[in-house]
Amino acid sequence: MVVLDPAHGGADQGARGESGLAESDIVLSFARLLRISLEAQGLRVLLTRQANDDPTFDDRSKTANAQRGAVFITLHVSSTGKPGTARVYSLAQDGGAPVNRGTGQPRTVLVRWDRAQQGYLDLSRKLAELIQIQMAQRFRGSAETPTTAAVRQLRTVAAPAVAIEVSSVSLPDRTQLDKMAPVLADSVARAVAAFRLVYEAGVK
Amino acid sequence: MSRGLKTTIAILALLVVFGLITLPSLRQAVQRMSATQRTEEQARRDVMQVPVSTPTDVKVKAQMYWLSTASPASLEATAIELPLSADPVERSKQLLLALITNAPSTSQRTLPPDALLLAFYLQPDGTGVADFSDALSAETPSGIQSEQLAVDSIVRTLGANVNVIRQLKILIHGQETDTLAGHLDLSGLFSVSPPSAAAAPASPVPDAPVTTGAVKTTTTTPARAPLSPTKQVPQ
Repeated sequence: MVVLDPAHGGADQGARGESGLAESDIVLSFARLLRISLEAQGLRVLLTRQANDDPTFDDRSKTANAQRGAVFITLHVSSTGKPGTARVYSLAQDGGAPVNRGTGQPRTVLVRWDRAQQGYLDLSRKLAELIQIQMAQRFRGSAETPTTAAVRQLRTVAAPAVAIEVSSVSLPDRTQLDKMAPVLADSVARAVAAFRLVYEAGVK
Repeated sequence: MSRGLKTTIAILALLVVFGLITLPSLRQAVQRMSATQRTEEQARRDVMQVPVSTPTDVKVKAQMYWLSTASPASLEATAIELPLSADPVERSKQLLLALITNAPSTSQRTLPPDALLLAFYLQPDGTGVADFSDALSAETPSGIQSEQLAVDSIVRTLGANVNVIRQLKILIHGQETDTLAGHLDLSGLFSVSPPSAAAAPASPVPDAPVTTGAVKTTTTTPARAPLSPTKQVPQ
């Protein structure tokens, strides 16, 4: 199961370009295409939003946390950065309670809801690496390796989780972003399919 | 040539002449308006943001982290001479004000020029608390990378120049907020690394004139260097 999260929505448009491009609209169309590519790989897909609404961070996390063996991908478009590139993020280690990061299972029985991602950092980093390799190959100028950052949405997800941020809403129109969409969808689907083998072996 | 066409050409010619005559004054008016805008911004800052000056101020070469000119997705350490206090709280305020106002160029800014530092506190355990105005949240470009660079510049600038800060909490108008501008998590504490060899500690420069952007180091910090918000978790 892959949970796709088109970020923002509703009154929160996310990043806005001078030409009027809105992050919330672009990521929704990215998610729809990515859904098709993932389903073509035999994966089940859930979207955290289907239209122009704005679930809370926690509601989006709940969608993923309710699924066994889910993978969570939140989609973003930046305000800045080199246009036509994509960067993949996993959550930065927060230095909290120790967890068994190899299996994704916390050592303690109780895991704080607001730190749910801490048990999945290594798996998330692996997923981020696989996707970033694809991004570097398909979108010239993209980084070779993924980044860790304190991405709010990722913190409460109890599953391997990454954020993908495409540059950018500063483009004069959607043309370049629309051209990126199918390539992005295909690349991410390939990376998730590769990750699935690693992940499912661990979950079983 | 018909009479109507002649009239039209005459009117058009008159309009062109009128435009040529008024163009310089229009240009001057636009320049005056933009100058007024800068003045208003400056005036607002002068009223709202009182410069920090203490008896222990000494001119030092401070390491400031702004966007790299060569690679805008990363930070670059720039040494500038600043009068900095011996008191870590006042010193932190001076550094953050300089970070907002003294960027070498507009394109190297990491924080919005309208952002104000409302307060800075330092707890005995080395936790710094920086309270910024709403403008920090409202005017920082929305995006994971841009928000990370903004926070990274604050954390690294404090880390490079104030020895006692171990971690930093960022508040917006006195309140804890979920994110900086929709992406980066502000609910936790950010680890502050002490000065290292790469980011040399601030060193006194007695009697040196205060200039900005005077010296650039070769240190470039990639955006991917992780910021690690820490949370206090009961064991």
